[in-house]
Amino acid sequence: MNYSAGNFDVAVIGAGHAGIEAGLASARLGCKTVVFTINMDAVGNCPCNPSIGGTAKGHLVREIDALGGEMGKTADKCFLQMRMLNRGKGPAVHSLRAQIDRRKYSDVMKHTLELQENLELHQAEVIAIEKADEGYSVITRMQAEYKAKTVIIATGTYLGGRIFVGEVSYDSGPDGIFPASFLGQSLKDLGLPLRRFKTGTPARVLKSSIDFSELEVQEGDEEIVPFSYDTEDLRENKVVCHISWTNEKTKEIILDNIHRSPLYGGEIQGVGPRYCPSLEDKIVRFKDKPRHQLFIEPCGLNTEEMYLQGMSSSLPEEVQLKFYHSIKGLENAVIMRPAYAIEYDCVDPTEMNATLEFKKIPGLYGAGQFNGSSGYEEAAAQGLIAGINAALKVKGRKPLILDRASSYIGTLIDDLVTKGANEPYRMMTSRSEYRLILRQDNADVRLTPTGREIGLISDERWEKFNKKQQLKAEELKRISKVVISPTKEVNDILVSRETSAITTGVKLIDLLRRPQLDYKALAPVDTTRPQLDKNVFEQVEIEVKYEGYIEKQLKQVEQMKKLERKLLPTDFDYTQLAGLRLEAQEKLNKIKPLNIGQASRVSGVSPADINVLLIWLSQRK
Amino acid sequence: MDNKTIAAISTAQGQGGIGIIRISGDNAISIADKVFQSVNNKKLCELKGYSALFGHVVKDGEIIDEAVALVFKGPKSYTGEDVVEISCHGGMYITKEVLRTVFSAGAVPADAGEFTKRAFLNGKIDLTEAEAVIDIISAKSKTAARTALCAKNGALWKRIENLKNSLVSTAAHLSAWADYPEEDIAEVDSDSLAETFNSALSDFHMLLSTYDAGQIIKEGIDTVIAGKPNTGKSTLMNLLAGKDKSIVTDIPGTTRDIIEETVLVKDVVLKLSDTAGIHETGDKVEKIGVDIAKTRLKNCGLVLAVFDGSKALDEDDLKLINELKDAQVIGIINKADLDLKIDIDYIKNNIENVVKISAKDGKGYTELADLIEKTAGTNGFNPSDGILANERQRNAVERAEKALQDAKGALDMGMTFDAVTVSLEEAIENLLELTGERVSEVVVDNVFHNFCVGK
Repeated sequence: MNYSAGNFDVAVIGAGHAGIEAGLASARLGCKTVVFTINMDAVGNCPCNPSIGGTAKGHLVREIDALGGEMGKTADKCFLQMRMLNRGKGPAVHSLRAQIDRRKYSDVMKHTLELQENLELHQAEVIAIEKADEGYSVITRMQAEYKAKTVIIATGTYLGGRIFVGEVSYDSGPDGIFPASFLGQSLKDLGLPLRRFKTGTPARVLKSSIDFSELEVQEGDEEIVPFSYDTEDLRENKVVCHISWTNEKTKEIILDNIHRSPLYGGEIQGVGPRYCPSLEDKIVRFKDKPRHQLFIEPCGLNTEEMYLQGMSSSLPEEVQLKFYHSIKGLENAVIMRPAYAIEYDCVDPTEMNATLEFKKIPGLYGAGQFNGSSGYEEAAAQGLIAGINAALKVKGRKPLILDRASSYIGTLIDDLVTKGANEPYRMMTSRSEYRLILRQDNADVRLTPTGREIGLISDERWEKFNKKQQLKAEELKRISKVVISPTKEVNDILVSRETSAITTGVKLIDLLRRPQLDYKALAPVDTTRPQLDKNVFEQVEIEVKYEGYIEKQLKQVEQMKKLERKLLPTDFDYTQLAGLRLEAQEKLNKIKPLNIGQASRVSGVSPADINVLLIWLSQRK
Repeated sequence: MDNKTIAAISTAQGQGGIGIIRISGDNAISIADKVFQSVNNKKLCELKGYSALFGHVVKDGEIIDEAVALVFKGPKSYTGEDVVEISCHGGMYITKEVLRTVFSAGAVPADAGEFTKRAFLNGKIDLTEAEAVIDIISAKSKTAARTALCAKNGALWKRIENLKNSLVSTAAHLSAWADYPEEDIAEVDSDSLAETFNSALSDFHMLLSTYDAGQIIKEGIDTVIAGKPNTGKSTLMNLLAGKDKSIVTDIPGTTRDIIEETVLVKDVVLKLSDTAGIHETGDKVEKIGVDIAKTRLKNCGLVLAVFDGSKALDEDDLKLINELKDAQVIGIINKADLDLKIDIDYIKNNIENVVKISAKDGKGYTELADLIEKTAGTNGFNPSDGILANERQRNAVERAEKALQDAKGALDMGMTFDAVTVSLEEAIENLLELTGERVSEVVVDNVFHNFCVGK
């Protein structure tokens, strides 16, 4: 017999990266929130790489922060090494990545949840979600019944989790924590179509057993850029990473034992991520590649565990030992935790709206790996949006939908709910068609006003944001006025940068437009330059230098919006439109896109089908 | 869906052998039964699809015309709906009368392109087919029809496809290089990028340059017949047109107005205008004609400059030769059947292509025709190479070329590759639009507005 454990506005199942953001957002928006974790020590766990950010993922963290989320702040607090990836490849693809202290990250996040007003954090395995009078009953293994108006499922890899290491397999969540074994059936009963995905992680090895002497060292950036717009003080990197390579021997060991991989033996049914493959996947799929790179990353300051990025595997422990030992530096490596593959239940995300609410089950939301994505950052981004929308729904406010032109978050969610995911979805810069607008440096400009409107941006932060915008505008004005004279000093700088010398006075803004020049180079001759935040200079410089290209992208956005303004009915039966191909009829009936723009992104709907829709719409007028 | 039954005349309006009234929609057959009486008293609704009855179109009990009614039952019809085609004796008056009768029986006039729109909505044709249909319908020469068919069968698509693939794989490499900074993906270097861009740009250039030849084939070339009075311009026009059109007399200045005629010479369509001669004149009306003629010389695509071979070059001839400096010209020495007194060398020194003919009896026509084909730039033009068929396609390629030039510009300037990518992706988008792999509303609108009523 269940006992009544109270009434809540929002219940969040799972306290990983998605659940944390969902719970915090909902509580901060004034909703009475309960967050469940299967194990209190697994809050904000990083069971895979000890790092936050990376290409496109760094953009996501910036955007989460700009909206008022937590991930960036905590990553800044726990960083061990910061790197801005892709420097030199252009501002659109600059991406921040932090090596973090994983235990500290988990502790800080847990503490943040504990201190959060309106939020209760409970260790409990949720075994059922049932429809109730006003929302849902969430039932735990301990027979507690929590009533909640809305529920967010953020079960990560715990739902029906099963671990595979060679011939050995057993039911388990990540890091040996027990899985959620009952909830899956309850979700099926609610009508959610579940399926199996898989992912994996490499071994952790003992630091003192690695010979670093001949490995390439990877240092952090000298000038550290934090994730959060709130973080001001810049601290030094605390660790270095190392790089090594696999070789012919590694390849041979893996190919000799490939039949012992559950992936190739057929035991694993789940679909794995192409973008984050296991080493055996890489070796089988890219047979001609003689070697693969790996990074040796510390897991924290108070541990000797080292993470081997790029070396995930589901081969037997004995084989793992052999192939790790074939790699330079790892000849005597001691494995502390073996690599494993994990299979788990997730949902078809096309069952959801862009609010992350299930179309057919109002008040029920999904976020993170449960929605078919992979990665901490992707999870956190969805958690934030699901948490915000559940709270907005409870408050009777208009839901938040971010479009593709606003953010990587909007792109991620639109991709998931419109195209679905046939494999764990990973964010990449190439997923966005508007990269030059959606930069990591301007996430605040794009999203902080939205965060403020929702209620997640404090007065202090808002004031700081506005001040920065004002300073930017003033600086733009200044450089449009300042004229640089053709002195020898100036021309020496220009020539040394391989750009043409000037013969008359030239406006500072026009010099900054030259690809070869930047603020730094012009510092000695720009005598009236004010003291400003680095980010201000950065944004001004990018906006000036890339003005034409940014304008081009804005035009593309406008074109996309034209199609988004052509609304489609959500109650139409597309089988009535004989001109549509059969597959398109089925897909459109399933997704029920809100407009032509979204319809054009549904997989299985061809441009010819869209033309049919356009003409049909014009006939209906 | 709005399922009114529509009707329209689906043959070209004008004097023709047969006029066809097409009716399409749920009530097409019952409407046709109201206006059509078969000689054997069978009703159209009793027929199976793809069958016909002979009878009369009747209005208020009176027979308007003899006719054949063809029944197509949906979905096996052009539009996918029930369709009846009534073929009557043609002629504007009778055909229109039959159509009016159909309207009073309950059909409504079809909008421009509505039959094809319905065919499209019912999945009978796709957009590229629809576009090719337009070109086939309006093709004026055999080559044009062949070119239109090629578009549908993919010669153009193949060319575009190759171009697109090369750009897409470059864009993909750039993406991978940016998204996986720590995987050992080959560096993208400016030189190989520039090489790809240059080669694609020259392909774009080729495609755009064949467009004009394609247009000449489809639309015809604006051609002016020029020459002083009484050199035989009108006779030449009649020779080319194959019938008496201009007023041919021996009195100079008979032709005062610009007379237009579309003629087919080999596979080249010429839109001929026969002009008043260029000469000093006191006649006011004639002077207006002369001025118009001079303007035309400047603007047209081809000038057929006619000289009277039986007379020496005079002031007016020299003036004409002088007017033609920048024009595409064929010099025609007419009256070659008489004794030649003209200074041919002088003409040849000033005009590259010269031919001797006798317009009166048609001698030299073959040489002239060859020369016209050569000058129009359509000889050796192979429609199966795939050419851009219309303004929409040309525009898409032009935009793609422009975008790629921007990408090249950014690269040359030393901009970072993310800026280069913006324009590169724009070029790809434009190509996708051309092949119909990407949606643009403009496409749909353009295609369907090109249809004439009835098709």
